[in-house]
Amino acid sequence: MSFKLITLVVIVLGILAVAQLVRVYELSSKLRNRREEEVTNRDNRLNANLMMVFMILFYVGFIYLMLKYGWTGRGDAASLHGVETDWLLDLNFVIITIVFFLTNTLLFYFAYKYVRKPGVKAYYYPHNNKLELLWTVVPALVLAVIIILGLKTWNDVTDDSGKEAVRLELFSKQFDWTARYAGEDNKLGLFDYKATTQENELALLTEATLDSAISLMEYGKADGSVLGIELLEKKLNDPKLIFVPEERVKMEQDLDRKTRLLRMLVQMRARHDKKNDALAYDDIIQKDTLHLCVNKEYEMSFRAKDVIHSAYFPHLRAQMNTVPGLVTRLKVTPTITTKEMRERMNNPKFNYVLMCNKICGGAHYKMKMIVVIDSPAEYKAWMKSKTTFKEQFLASPVVTPIESSEAVDSLMVAVK
Amino acid sequence: MGALAHEAHGHHGAHDHHEHHDEGFVSKYIFSMDHKMIGKQYLLTAVFMGLVAMMLSILFRIQLAWPGESSDFLSLFLGETWAPGGVLKENMYLGLVTIHGTIMVFFLLTGGLSGTFSNILIPLQIGARDMASGFLNMLSYWMFFLSSTIMLFSLFIETGPAMAGWTIYPPLSALPQAVEGSGLGMTLWLVSMAIFIASSLLGSLNYIVTVLNLRTKGMHMTRLPLTIWAFFVTAILGVLSFPVLLSAALLLLMDRSAGTSFYLSDIIVGGEMLENHGGSPLLYQHLFWFLGHPEVYIVLLPALGLSSEIIATNSRKPIFGYRAMIGSILAIGFLSFIVWGHHMFVTGMNPFIGSVFVFTTLLIAIPSAVKVFNYLTTLWKGSLVLTPAMMFAIGLVSTFITGGVTGIILADSALDIAVHDTYFVVAHFHIVMGMSAVFGMFAGVYHWFPKMFGRMLNMRLGYAHFWVTIVGAYGVFFPMHFVGLAGAPRRYYDYSVYGEFDTNSFEMIMDLNVIVTVFAIVAAIGQGFFLFNFFYSIYRGPKAIQNPWKSTTLEWTTPVEHIHGNWPGAIPEVHRWSYDYSKPGYEEDFVPQTVPLKEGEEDGH
Repeated sequence: MSFKLITLVVIVLGILAVAQLVRVYELSSKLRNRREEEVTNRDNRLNANLMMVFMILFYVGFIYLMLKYGWTGRGDAASLHGVETDWLLDLNFVIITIVFFLTNTLLFYFAYKYVRKPGVKAYYYPHNNKLELLWTVVPALVLAVIIILGLKTWNDVTDDSGKEAVRLELFSKQFDWTARYAGEDNKLGLFDYKATTQENELALLTEATLDSAISLMEYGKADGSVLGIELLEKKLNDPKLIFVPEERVKMEQDLDRKTRLLRMLVQMRARHDKKNDALAYDDIIQKDTLHLCVNKEYEMSFRAKDVIHSAYFPHLRAQMNTVPGLVTRLKVTPTITTKEMRERMNNPKFNYVLMCNKICGGAHYKMKMIVVIDSPAEYKAWMKSKTTFKEQFLASPVVTPIESSEAVDSLMVAVK
Repeated sequence: MGALAHEAHGHHGAHDHHEHHDEGFVSKYIFSMDHKMIGKQYLLTAVFMGLVAMMLSILFRIQLAWPGESSDFLSLFLGETWAPGGVLKENMYLGLVTIHGTIMVFFLLTGGLSGTFSNILIPLQIGARDMASGFLNMLSYWMFFLSSTIMLFSLFIETGPAMAGWTIYPPLSALPQAVEGSGLGMTLWLVSMAIFIASSLLGSLNYIVTVLNLRTKGMHMTRLPLTIWAFFVTAILGVLSFPVLLSAALLLLMDRSAGTSFYLSDIIVGGEMLENHGGSPLLYQHLFWFLGHPEVYIVLLPALGLSSEIIATNSRKPIFGYRAMIGSILAIGFLSFIVWGHHMFVTGMNPFIGSVFVFTTLLIAIPSAVKVFNYLTTLWKGSLVLTPAMMFAIGLVSTFITGGVTGIILADSALDIAVHDTYFVVAHFHIVMGMSAVFGMFAGVYHWFPKMFGRMLNMRLGYAHFWVTIVGAYGVFFPMHFVGLAGAPRRYYDYSVYGEFDTNSFEMIMDLNVIVTVFAIVAAIGQGFFLFNFFYSIYRGPKAIQNPWKSTTLEWTTPVEHIHGNWPGAIPEVHRWSYDYSKPGYEEDFVPQTVPLKEGEEDGH
């Protein structure tokens, strides 16, 4: 409260003080017979000098920040194409820094030098085609170089990856990342978002996962936390149950939606080729840290479950949005192991990171995954310790389909 | 026709409405159809909106500099709901960022800049009695006012304002399950923007028709001041691009309420599996940026137009390369329509299309460079009068350079990957678009204040305002480049997460964030100079004379007291271009456009 009071008093006093100053200024102007639109030579000179002072301070600030924080502030590029990007970034920075200093200096210097002097008339100089041509052509030439070099790098960076590239998928949702390695066959299993269940968060497609998705849709969860179609129907048809109208509408909509989704799931199950199960079963799903092997090319694909996220590896100079309903991709070859980078950065606690770089909700800023770049031996050892999707999925408690109608009845009692 | 009616009951002396019971109060001050009054209404509304948006930025800057620390300031403005214990809530942080951006881009810099100065200057500088349609003009302002009110209102609802960033990318903006601001807050945002777009269209059509049809005798297109050229091209950009934003917003409204799937596909949110399939979030981004990029120039061109006029007047020299300046305005206007994809290099758009956009985007640097060099040459060997308006115009050239050069990095897709959506981008567009446009707007207000209110602003306060603003604003946005180069993503509530993986970057970001916030607070307080000066001078400033800056253009031939129809007698005829400053053969260092050419004298350029 006292804070508010003090603030208020300070503001009021401030305004009064300025008002008084203005009054004094106006009176003195009146006494000296000076009109407000006339800028005195003294004011003109003072501001012209201040222009130079400002320019110098501005440059000092810039140079200080540059020396203190360097070009990138995030260390050497830790990927193959990142080195190329950084080289190009440096080149561009040199060009734009020159332009920055040159034009700003001319601007502030002219503002200082050509300030009105008594008796000196301005030079009538409306145009000069040669000069104008010069500063059209020179920037155009410089830009041509920038464009050609930029597009060359861009083509390299976005080009298809080699056949040997390791396939890896990053799955994003509010507010975490999940990685999926393609396993022995280096082929990622198929997926469809409708196959999502708690045991199969990445919605991989196998006969067993589809069956469990279908049963979840039809019967819900045995503990009643997810209502299946059968139970919804029974509840809605039960003459003994009375619902608030809004709730009834909601349940009906839920039922309709689930019925349509079930139909699609059943069709999907009928079309499913059992041979594809193997693609998914040997995949390896990894939640907390992302391990990459140094000097191996990765073909990363990205998916989003709910909203747009962006997979951003600042140290690898790699970034790609993850978009619901669309698979995006990038390729990257890490070149510096975590261990080596810690030495280079002189920071034993340093870690690579994968951050979310597209606004995705309240906890956007926390959505990250630590990335570890291993030496081949370390990577191999780490990979050995992981279990495949098959082992994970079959080990998890499978949804027990509630098939008999008695079971449904008993569940209804429980839910009520 | 309307002009005749105006003249019949000219408002000479109607200023003493305190004594006389002025029956026309409502039609004069509220539902006015006079372009000068509408311009002032736009200005006042925009100044208020700008203040709100600036306050919002201070609120979230406090959180960024001192994350998690309790602040009396925050709890004073946001209360227990949004800042429990004086600590900003995560969701409200996003809400503040979103509304700050929206208000600044649309309500301050589009409404305030183009709305204010197109209205005031177009009829006055081309020699017209008023806009082509006074009624549409009034409608345009009141729709702007209504949309401003709705946008402000959305800050006060229970679930908070829109929280998906000012670009409101779906699915985040389409799904209330994803963030609470995507409920009613987003609906209000969309309704407000739809009304804003209608307002902007009415205004723009009016400006275009007025410039094309109502120029006075002798006012060829090549004699127009560059301000008018800028407003004219701006209006064309608005007419061609704003409807696309409207369609984007309508499709989003339908996805939100009618169950369509324009932008939604394969989504599970809040535990619910949605049926939407086949929509594309990228479609929205294409539609949005088809407006979004021309919007940058809708904001910038008027500022450049104003500064061209101010720099020429106060250098006492013709603007250098008048035709090249028009050419570059046209080139920038045209190119602005074919560069939108540079906002989407890493969205999953086909990389080949990306490379086309790299090419077109970098081309914009050429007309921009021409403009900068022409400004510099205009200053060269001038006789500069450093009025506050002139200083802000010079400041604009500086920010246009400083912010413009970093655009070259961002337009280069290969480099954009490394800095996309980081603070580097925030620094870039705040300097090149935010600072430049705001400087242009301040320059315009300082320069045309005598025309608007018939009184003078205080010069000394103007100087203080300029120096605090340029030091403060550069102090805010310049260090942000380095935060961005360190890789810090924008729209993060708290950078303490860096402590978990990179302590060096963490320290640097936290240090710079404090510096940025301190400068922001200083710059915000510095605006007090302007506000005080502005409101004080409206009522108490010294009376203005007719042509205080010794300017050549037509608006300074009108009487100081505003009258309907602008000129008491016949509309003056124009005989020369608008930049005859220090022309050899004349005694005075300016020759108004109304002075006939001497025998054998060539017209300007």
